[in-house]
Amino acid sequence: MSFWSRHQIFEKNSIILVVGILAVVAIGGIVEIVPLFYLKSTIEAVDGVRPYTPLELAGRNIYVREGCYLCHSQMIRALRDEVERYGHFSLAAESMYDHPFQWGSKRTGPDLARVGAKYSDQWHVTHLTDPRSIVPQSVMPAYSFLADTEVDASTIEAHLKTNRMIGVPYTDDQIANAQADLRAQADPDDAGVDAFTKRYPKAVVRNFDGKAGPPTEMDALVAYLQMLGTLVDFKLFNEKANLR
Amino acid sequence: MSQALDSKSMTIGESGLAVFFAVTAFLCLIGAAKAVDAPFAFHAGLAAAASVASVFVILNRYFDRPALLPPQEINGRPNYNFGPIKFSAVMAMFWGVAGFAVGLIIASQLAWPALNFDLPWISFGRLRPLHTSAVIFAFGGNVLVAASFYVVQKTSRVRLAGDLAPWFVVLGYNFFILVAGTGYLLGVTQSKEYAEPEWYADLWLTIVWVVYLLVFLATIIKRKESHIFVANWFFLAFIITIAVLHLGNNPAMPVSVFGSKSYIAWAGVQDAMFQWWYGHNAVGFFLTAGFLAIMYYFIPKRVERPIYSYRLSIVHFWSLIFLYIWAGPHHLHYTALPDWAQTLGMTFSIMLWMPSWGGMINGLMTLSGAWDKLRTDPVLRMLVVSVAFYGMSTFEGPMMSIKVVNSLSHYTDWTIGHVHSGALGWVGFVSFGALYCLVPWLWNRKGLYSLKLVNWHFWISTIGIVLYISAMWVSGILQGLMWRAYTPLGFLEYSFIETVEAMHPFYMIRAAGGALFLIGSLVMAYNLWMTVRAGEAEVPSPVALQPAE
Repeated sequence: MSFWSRHQIFEKNSIILVVGILAVVAIGGIVEIVPLFYLKSTIEAVDGVRPYTPLELAGRNIYVREGCYLCHSQMIRALRDEVERYGHFSLAAESMYDHPFQWGSKRTGPDLARVGAKYSDQWHVTHLTDPRSIVPQSVMPAYSFLADTEVDASTIEAHLKTNRMIGVPYTDDQIANAQADLRAQADPDDAGVDAFTKRYPKAVVRNFDGKAGPPTEMDALVAYLQMLGTLVDFKLFNEKANLR
Repeated sequence: MSQALDSKSMTIGESGLAVFFAVTAFLCLIGAAKAVDAPFAFHAGLAAAASVASVFVILNRYFDRPALLPPQEINGRPNYNFGPIKFSAVMAMFWGVAGFAVGLIIASQLAWPALNFDLPWISFGRLRPLHTSAVIFAFGGNVLVAASFYVVQKTSRVRLAGDLAPWFVVLGYNFFILVAGTGYLLGVTQSKEYAEPEWYADLWLTIVWVVYLLVFLATIIKRKESHIFVANWFFLAFIITIAVLHLGNNPAMPVSVFGSKSYIAWAGVQDAMFQWWYGHNAVGFFLTAGFLAIMYYFIPKRVERPIYSYRLSIVHFWSLIFLYIWAGPHHLHYTALPDWAQTLGMTFSIMLWMPSWGGMINGLMTLSGAWDKLRTDPVLRMLVVSVAFYGMSTFEGPMMSIKVVNSLSHYTDWTIGHVHSGALGWVGFVSFGALYCLVPWLWNRKGLYSLKLVNWHFWISTIGIVLYISAMWVSGILQGLMWRAYTPLGFLEYSFIETVEAMHPFYMIRAAGGALFLIGSLVMAYNLWMTVRAGEAEVPSPVALQPAE
């Protein structure tokens, strides 16, 4: 029986063909994916990385909703020009609470992994409202409608809870106060600012959109953009800590 | 006859499906009433309406049909089931034109950003997933469903399995597309590229896909041929692997069962790996294996020659499906993904060049001794040029997966150009060729309304593709080089916005190429419409033809 005629077993038995296909396509995925759940370099713990505040999470959901990831990456590759243009290359830990990840695949606009604290809030608001008023050659759509829409604060608690179910370590305290924290972060005069800062040390409290009143989607998105890449202090970062 | 009328009763499928849709309609109404966000209410309402319509159609069909279901054979010849295939073929043409048109819009938005009109629903970020899903899953998916249901019947010489099940597949699949597409416009997305639909759409697709697999497999199981034809191996690998990929990439936790938003179970680097394991194999199995199946049936059929090499098709099949699944990490070079995974992805991507070209050779060499037909048959020319484009993009792909090349090409338009040489040249042309073959066969016409129009379509689209991909090569490589350019003093030479500005002329050329491709598809739609409306009916041949093996 030649090698080629042995193949007839697949050609004459549909179930054996199905099993053969399943076995052959399973191997590559298993070898490449499973180790990522226990290798030290992909589950490293880095000082400073924390879950998103309620306002940042709401902002991140707007970032996802509007498809920002289609033109902006959040992954600085370990290449000289990228590190000089955008900052320290991205660490796995910096997206460990990202469900889903926002690394992106195309840079029609610049990388945003470390855009936080690079521009003023005012710059972001103006730029999101009318990109070409600041950068005349920009091809970005305008997002002026964000300033007119209030953030939906009523469901934010459920969002934090859902994140905890899939592994983001929100505390009971953080979940219970999610609504208050969402409002406090966008209003420095809010009574809950101290409690918020205790729950999210080093998180920035500002009136991001510069307007009075309840937080808008503009507040949320700018709060999210302003924290991107700011969590890890690279002056203190020990890059050898996770080497084996 | 009267006896048959007496014994008329609903099949288990009819009654079961009617009950299923009645329950679904009820659940969807509750969902619409309790919805926490407007898009979810809209989708639940849409699903309720569709479910009610389904119950009505099922009952209506039952009352109108004769007591006996259509026979499996008539006069010893299989009684093929073409209804669902016709529907899919029509939907493919419709979604194709729609998807190409949205592509032209977003290409124009990049050249002239004022076209976003500051409106959320038509901004680039929401329209791009609409474009990719419309062309890949709506156009490509309907072509695949139509072709697979046609090929599996013809090469197994039996009627398609199931009575309502094939209709459930084609209608259910197109309903999934409707929900996904309207969702994008309303901002409902889980932001996983090529897997953007939210959790409820994903669950619905899972049900539809399992039924698709069962119909396909059941048809193969009852085949009258001893061997399973090679195209069916590829269709089967496509259906099975897409199911595995869909389940692996999409597990998500909804914030509320009455809301559209969910969070993906995976995070960060693991999610990235799952995403591109899925993403690259959506290319490998949806856009490659499925369409290779089309190549393996339609080219031999159209040139009336057997497939060049049976052994090559065996090697091609197993090596292609084994190697493809490894290639995902080449989308993540120099990222936080571990180096070894990147290197594995690159290595297997390069190896993938061989089975890809093996398949190309098998397709092209099928024309041995019949090359002259390229001169006279523009449909065949379309099919053959698609295989040539396949060869080109499967050379380009492995090259771009090499880490140093990727460091330049990644994040630039070169990737977009590469995708489109595969999508427009390979998937587009092989689909056009298949539809040009299928429509006269399905509607029992002697031939197409006009071969001259096919010729026009071919040349308009080819020029469009050439404009598109060459513009993207130049802009991609130019931008990649500008990003890494240094002055003699060691500073980065260009600000980011200078590199955006440099793209403008190429974005205009790209939009022009896309416009040509769209015009070509409109010519095609007209031609197919006239074939169905005004074509001459074919006189059935008295002898049963042997299917190609």
